[in-house]
Amino acid sequence: MDYKVLITWLIPLLPLSGWLLWGLFGKYFKGYSGYFASLFVAASFILSVILFIIVSYSHGFTSTLYPWIHAANFKVGISAVIDRLSVVMLVMVTGVSTIVHVYSIGYMKGDKGFSRYFSFLNLFVFSMIMLVISNNLLLLYVFWEAVGFCSYILIGFWYEKKSASDAGKKAFIVNRVGDVGFAIGIFLLFATTGTLNYEAVFKMIPMIPVFTTTVIALLLFVGAIGKSAQLPLHIWLPDAMEGPTPVSALIHAATMVTAGIYMIARFHIIFSYSPVASEVVLTIGTLSAFFAAFIALTQFDIKRIIAYSTISQLGYMFMAVGIGSYTAGIFHLISHAIFKGLLFLTAGSVMHALAGELDLRKMGGLYSKMKVTAITFIVGALALSGIPPFSGFFSKDAILADTYNKGFYFAWVIGELAAFMTAFYIFRLIFLAFFGKSNLDSKVHAHESSKMMTIPLIIMASLAVIVGFLGVPPFNTSIFYNFLHVDFKNAYNFSPFVENAPWYLLSLVSVLAGLSGIFAAYLLYIRKVVMPEWLKSAFKPIYALSYNKLYVDEIYDFLIIKPLFVLFNFLWKIVDVSVIDGAVNGVASSFAFFSVKVKKIQNGMLMSYILTLSIGVAALLFYYFIR
Amino acid sequence: MGFFIKYLLSILIFFPLASAVLLLFINKKNEGILRYLSTFLSLVEFIFSIYLFVYFKPDTYKFQFVEKFHWIPSFGASYYLGIDGVSLFLILLTTLLTFISLISSYRYIREHVKEFVILMLLLETFMVGTFVSLDVLLFYLFWEFMLVPMYFIIGMWGTGKKVYAAVKFFLYTLSGSLMMLFGFIYIYILHYEQTGNFTFNIVKLYNTHIPIGLQIILFIALFLGFAVKIPLFPFHTWLPDAHTEAPTAGSVILAGVLLKFGIYGFFRFAIPLLPSATYVLAPAIIILGVIGIIYGAFVSVVQKDLKRLIAFSSVSHMGFIVLGLFAMSAISVDGSVLQLLNHGISTGALFLFAGMLYERTHTRQIADFGGIAKKAPILTTLFLISVLASIGLPGLNGFVGEFLILIGSFHNYTVLTIIATIGIIFAAIYMLRMFQKVMFQDITNPEMENFEDMNLREIVTVLPLILLMFFIGFYPMPFLSRIDPTVLHFISMVSHHDTIYNIIKLKTGLSNV
Repeated sequence: MDYKVLITWLIPLLPLSGWLLWGLFGKYFKGYSGYFASLFVAASFILSVILFIIVSYSHGFTSTLYPWIHAANFKVGISAVIDRLSVVMLVMVTGVSTIVHVYSIGYMKGDKGFSRYFSFLNLFVFSMIMLVISNNLLLLYVFWEAVGFCSYILIGFWYEKKSASDAGKKAFIVNRVGDVGFAIGIFLLFATTGTLNYEAVFKMIPMIPVFTTTVIALLLFVGAIGKSAQLPLHIWLPDAMEGPTPVSALIHAATMVTAGIYMIARFHIIFSYSPVASEVVLTIGTLSAFFAAFIALTQFDIKRIIAYSTISQLGYMFMAVGIGSYTAGIFHLISHAIFKGLLFLTAGSVMHALAGELDLRKMGGLYSKMKVTAITFIVGALALSGIPPFSGFFSKDAILADTYNKGFYFAWVIGELAAFMTAFYIFRLIFLAFFGKSNLDSKVHAHESSKMMTIPLIIMASLAVIVGFLGVPPFNTSIFYNFLHVDFKNAYNFSPFVENAPWYLLSLVSVLAGLSGIFAAYLLYIRKVVMPEWLKSAFKPIYALSYNKLYVDEIYDFLIIKPLFVLFNFLWKIVDVSVIDGAVNGVASSFAFFSVKVKKIQNGMLMSYILTLSIGVAALLFYYFIR
Repeated sequence: MGFFIKYLLSILIFFPLASAVLLLFINKKNEGILRYLSTFLSLVEFIFSIYLFVYFKPDTYKFQFVEKFHWIPSFGASYYLGIDGVSLFLILLTTLLTFISLISSYRYIREHVKEFVILMLLLETFMVGTFVSLDVLLFYLFWEFMLVPMYFIIGMWGTGKKVYAAVKFFLYTLSGSLMMLFGFIYIYILHYEQTGNFTFNIVKLYNTHIPIGLQIILFIALFLGFAVKIPLFPFHTWLPDAHTEAPTAGSVILAGVLLKFGIYGFFRFAIPLLPSATYVLAPAIIILGVIGIIYGAFVSVVQKDLKRLIAFSSVSHMGFIVLGLFAMSAISVDGSVLQLLNHGISTGALFLFAGMLYERTHTRQIADFGGIAKKAPILTTLFLISVLASIGLPGLNGFVGEFLILIGSFHNYTVLTIIATIGIIFAAIYMLRMFQKVMFQDITNPEMENFEDMNLREIVTVLPLILLMFFIGFYPMPFLSRIDPTVLHFISMVSHHDTIYNIIKLKTGLSNV
């Protein structure tokens, strides 16, 4: 076998075998399953890096492991496409996974489901790897659902807690709503092109009517809205914070939720040939970026703030792919994976120190007690706020600059406003948690986490500083752009790039937005120039809207869930039991009169029935033999 | 060996019957011997059926293992057996599930063990006989015989309103079957009028020329027989009662095998015999199927009884199979046939788990459970896999069939397929809600504190099904490659020019040209 092919398939198969090993024999591995699981994923990471180097110096390839489904003219194999986009994703996925695995050894230490945890974490890594290397839509869909399943099972990892198992179920079901759109998109694509293979599909797209392309793209995007938690299907992600924090870092920040962006980048041909669909992507992304940041302003649960921040940042990525800046979208995806993963892991470290406490009002002054955690958190926050030289500055700015230069001024303004709010909410969190006076519960003794947890934090923080420099020099000349753009060269250029403003002016606006957000948080929460309480009462309706998360859950409950349950019960109790079955029993009882007469035959003696039956069979056989 | 392979179908029919006769001679007090011997004999039967798979030639649609003898020549009835890629797997499913049901009953069936195992083996004979018969009369006899053992299994070893459930099952299906018999006899006579020969040979009857108007009437007659068995909405109300009150083994066989006969009947008889009527009526039947998908799922959500929930979920799942079969694209029919197996495997497994829960707690009320995951990790894991297979999670069997059905039906029935696809959201809702309430959360009912995990026997019972779920999910080719030629032939058979001619006649109003 070609060594490239071998490497390609080893990358997913290592974590897959890990899943089986710790899942089936977890109790024999005891506490070591965590180390082995990390080793397996680390090996996948190293192989991914090797593959990355191979692909950088030669060219992409495809490989089929075996034919999966062949039914009539529907033929799909377990096949991979290895190109620059997939190796970038592979390195990110396996890299962040390795760090999160190592961190989890410390975080989950002593949990009775230790092996189960690593088994599912390995299964997730396998599914995510397969998702990014699939070379056809069916396989993509398969792993699209598979990562959703892993998310379900890991959110509900502490299944005894009702809130946790509720959250897992909610994530699965809301994702399924998106997946149905995705599936119908696949059906339509197959009905139109007769194939699900990427390459074959992309060749046909320019030839099919734009209307059809638009419908397909929008249906696929419904899937992305669900998986990447965009408005209005974002409701599952904040609840998903019930899961162990490393899971939030890996699945709900760095990898799975970015699948929607990856999908659109991968299908850039479909989306770029439908400017309407791209416009919708841009709109949903912009709205999500803005409103999620708006909700994050007033929350007190640190994980939920970071979760809303994730929705908002994913919104930026959708803005990028919605204006055809696919490399910018993927660049922010990578840089966000690092700094958001970092923020979650540090939040986990805080939780770990405070015996699971998540409420900002019960924190304060933690800086002196856990310096590594605090400093790495601030690094992550600076990256999120887009302050140079941290990675978020380069990646977010690339998106905002492109929106401006491609003429989407309204989206650009909203994006800058969201950037201001972003810096505000994350530094509000920092000032309330790490500075000021301590509001800790007297029983809690805050302490720095073990090395097993802090070293991953330091690695992630360093990456959050370094990775941004892949984004220089600005615009279409950056290292990252030059590397990845090859894969997007066939996209239809529906929004040409015109340098409307020089990069330094645009950057200046972004940096000012970020700095003013930080400064506002500083004035409010450290200097206390204005009491937050006063602001709260002065802008009561707006505050209530933000604090109650725009009432989205309540609206769904009132408009969809409650009426549906009324319908379900009506169908069961009235339609099924009374109407249909009632009719059947009515017919039956009218025959009851006759049945009295034949009752004698039914004497209830089982053996006599068996006998009669056997005699009947024997008679027929007998006839056959003597005939 | 040559003899064995040549008469393998007869052996598969009569071996369980002979086993049942053998068991008649064992004293009913020797319950242990009766149990182990019947299990062993059903295992032998299963192993025999594996020979079918091994010696089956994958790349042909022609009937294989054919046996043909005169039976009642004056009526044209013959002992004519044979299988194709569709019946092959249904037989394997039957023999596997019979074996599994017998092991699963060691704890559940405490009384009248002798009668129980004999009835199970008789039932197996009739089920296999139904799947291999290519003679309509023979098929009909096996079909009707099947009702009797099942009637007793529900009525004797069931729970609650078991007699009501058994009688309802019996009368419901019997009245459907009588209509079917009428249809068969009419075609039989028509064929005689056209050729001068009496024959029940299905392959010959396929060539009967039937005007479109008559086809529709006959189709409705056959339809009633098969639709009740599936069961298609609104003929489904016997199912929740029968499933809920039946003992575990009864539910497994009922869901796993008996429901398949309706689809099989359409596939083997109604559709190829009456292709023009099929084309005319398919949209209406598909609408009923899709209503079943949504309706079954909706009603499942609010069920309080575990087994009743699984029963309604079957209505939903069978709706998908009806959609795929009547959409008449090769892809969707392939998917439907595969889904017949998948439904047997995953719903069979779900009923086994419902049985295990009932044996331990003597309740089926979902609200009575909770927190079992903590006590029984093995049961939780395997039950979860079955639940996921049932809701069509990729990587497990249900996905492959469901996806083929939907993608294959989309072109011909776009709107209905979209509605059916929405059904999978609700499948996730009712299954995951049930699973959460039964297995997760904290223990609230003190009865659950002493919940034991699965023992070795129980693991052996479900393991074959669990392995099949993964196998078909990851590598369905051994199945699809055998089903596909048969299905392609089926499609070509029902779309011959005669059909189109008939439809033109219908549309232009030229009824008797």
